[in-house]
Amino acid sequence: MVSKQYPRVGETVFHEILPNGLHVYVDRRRDFQKSYAFFATNYGGMDMRFRLDGAWKDTPAGVAHFLEHKMFDTQDGNALQDLAANGASPNAFTSSAITGYFFESTEKFFDNLKILLSFVSIPWFTPESVDKEQGIIGQEIRMVEDDPENQVFYALMECLYDHHPIRVPIAGTQQSIARITSGTLYACHKAFYTPSNMVLTVAGDVDPEQVCAAARAILPDQPGLPIDRDYGGEEAPQAACGEKELTMEVSTPIFQLGFKADPVKGGEEWLRQELMGELACEVLLGSSSPLYARLYSEGLINKNFGYGFELYPGAALMAAGGESRDPRKVRDAVLAEGERLARDGVDADLFRRVKKGVYGAKVRSLNSFENVCISLAQSHFAGVEYFRFPEVFDAITPADVQACIRGWVTPRRCGLAVVRPGEAV
Amino acid sequence: MKVTQLTLRPGIQLTAVQTRKFKSSTLAVRFLLPLSEEEASLNALVPMVLRRGTAEHPDLESLSAALDELYGGSLEPLVRKKGETQCVGFAGSFLDDAYALEGERVLEPAAALLAEVLLRPYTQDGAFCPDYTRQEKDNLINRIRAQVNDKRQYAQIRVVEEMCGEEPFGVDKLGSEARARTIDAGQLWAQYQKLLHCARVELYYCGSAEAERVQAAFAPIVDGLPQGEARMGVLRPAKREAPRHPRRVEESLDVTQGKLAMGFRTGCDAWDEGYPALALVNAVYGGTTTSKLFLNVRERLSLCYYASSGLMKYKDVMLVSSGVEFDKVGQAEGEILSQLYKCQTGDVTDDELEWARRSVVSTLLTTLDAQSRLEDYWLGQAAAGLTEGPEELARRVEQVTRAEVVTAAQNLIPDTVYFLKGRD
Repeated sequence: MVSKQYPRVGETVFHEILPNGLHVYVDRRRDFQKSYAFFATNYGGMDMRFRLDGAWKDTPAGVAHFLEHKMFDTQDGNALQDLAANGASPNAFTSSAITGYFFESTEKFFDNLKILLSFVSIPWFTPESVDKEQGIIGQEIRMVEDDPENQVFYALMECLYDHHPIRVPIAGTQQSIARITSGTLYACHKAFYTPSNMVLTVAGDVDPEQVCAAARAILPDQPGLPIDRDYGGEEAPQAACGEKELTMEVSTPIFQLGFKADPVKGGEEWLRQELMGELACEVLLGSSSPLYARLYSEGLINKNFGYGFELYPGAALMAAGGESRDPRKVRDAVLAEGERLARDGVDADLFRRVKKGVYGAKVRSLNSFENVCISLAQSHFAGVEYFRFPEVFDAITPADVQACIRGWVTPRRCGLAVVRPGEAV
Repeated sequence: MKVTQLTLRPGIQLTAVQTRKFKSSTLAVRFLLPLSEEEASLNALVPMVLRRGTAEHPDLESLSAALDELYGGSLEPLVRKKGETQCVGFAGSFLDDAYALEGERVLEPAAALLAEVLLRPYTQDGAFCPDYTRQEKDNLINRIRAQVNDKRQYAQIRVVEEMCGEEPFGVDKLGSEARARTIDAGQLWAQYQKLLHCARVELYYCGSAEAERVQAAFAPIVDGLPQGEARMGVLRPAKREAPRHPRRVEESLDVTQGKLAMGFRTGCDAWDEGYPALALVNAVYGGTTTSKLFLNVRERLSLCYYASSGLMKYKDVMLVSSGVEFDKVGQAEGEILSQLYKCQTGDVTDDELEWARRSVVSTLLTTLDAQSRLEDYWLGQAAAGLTEGPEELARRVEQVTRAEVVTAAQNLIPDTVYFLKGRD
């Protein structure tokens, strides 16, 4: 076991690679009452086509999310109830890139950890339970289809991407989930829930050796086979189409504006790209930028305006959205500001201020064990140490951010999705 | 974790929690006043207008820039209700000094910015800027109106309003739309002066600095507040008996799912010795996912989409809240009361009691792990004039006996039943 100190963020992380290939990270936090464990697989909504043992397999949209629902079933009952009876608060989520299971507890941490490791690694599906879940997930999909925020997000993905599976809803569709059987679930569990494709991250005042011992005792000895994934080949840099419009029952138009950014492979470049993307958003349209103040005072955006930079394997984007009476005006203003920044450069004082603000918010976010454990896991999959972010951040210059804006914030890389008020068609 | 409570001047107190476990520090200042129909909206509006600009930073953009300089700190208006005390002011989160890039101090400039927002507002002609006042008054009215959007919460606000109509507790923390509409700039300025002169002031800090340094950092606020006036004292709400037959109120709105909210008198509040037993009964009855309401009314009988209970810590009131089909409301109400009867007759398994105890203790202990929950906990205690911390209360919960739980349950009496149904 290696212990590594990160003085800039005041943390010490214990790291061990088990003989079966599983990486275990423990962020030892003294003085806290609670402990948090996160067990994740590098498998999400976009991993639909993959090669295992020499053969390519195509699976329906929504399998990763379906699996997440079904994993809590055990041969003896339900792991959620077992954890709750032990005083733990458990949950799980599926994103485009990963699936994660976690709990938080103040007592019986190792009992709960054993339950977590065991229900995630031992599948138990029956045709009846899969049938029943199809109904439940079908309801969830219908609910999400009524949600304008969700619809506008996927409309933006369709604007920006031609074929990358980030376009496909994580939960799938009614049609796609109808094709999922217990056989599909067993096969995908076998392919992706292997020690070498997973990671265990823990935060709290717990003994790292004991965490590793629990993982060694419960998880399989074999690392599992390597998996190739196919996202349909590299995307062109430009957006697939400029605009998409939907009609739904909303009181004001809601929109998502996006710019297709350059994806990166992994390693420290991944972290650097993420931080540059965040800074580019702040400089271009963040709450202390001149553009934000102007749009706000002109009533083109309101307090619901939000923005961020997202990075996935094979895809990256800047996105901003909210409510607006005239989303096209917002888009045109952002493009014009992007052009100005690309030409004149980033104001040195604004850059310094915004950098300070982003840095402070990132350090403060380490108070959250959930955030720490998820970030450690995602960074592990990207091949970078998360707690190295202060050093990477220091090296970013106004010219770096200007180059991002010049490259990405252009009409050909821009997509706009709008949900307008009216009867749904 | 070391907690220091100091009286800095009569009616002005500081609670300072010293710990190195967080990356950030929390700073807060709140004015405490008796909750009243007449003044609630005025008090709620004051911090919203103060947050728009100061003499030195006259607009949102320049205030945002000042917060960026403090490593992206936050400073948010706060309006809360603790028993029959209304608390208004600001809470902020800042990077702890240990993580500042050039070893500079963050606490002192953050406290100075807080003092500026609180004491040196942007004014025009000797009062609040009319534009800011008008815009924030609209925002306040929109917030009060938006309460109806969340039907679950709305039903709870309504049952309290009906149940405590003759007590200050019946007033919402934001006041009423009708009263908010009548506010003008002159009234608001006068109320701001009243807060400065007469309200009790509670300062709060949680972070790595020791109490002496915190006290010095807050000095600009303490020295800037008017001298020599009597500030209001601690207020404990009066208790009431439930009516012989519960009051019943029904309303119709455009909803597809009914909301049933029931108010109970508890005969007990945070000042009483018996409070830990009441906290435990609430957890056994409806406070957790292993509670009687959750496992029976929701899971076993599928009568409700949700069914849970919650305590008003500083008032003798418990609320049960549930979402139910219109035609199942009678059945649901019957089952909610029959589960209460089980608590009152001691029909509680050892498992149920222990699950509940673990949940209450865990919730109290994890308060120590979250700065925002800790700030809220100590605000409640300060408003009540109580000094017990979460660990001590958790220790008392560990000691509660089965007999005490049953006795506390027997004091729960239905007072008001509110049902929100759909339009015909």
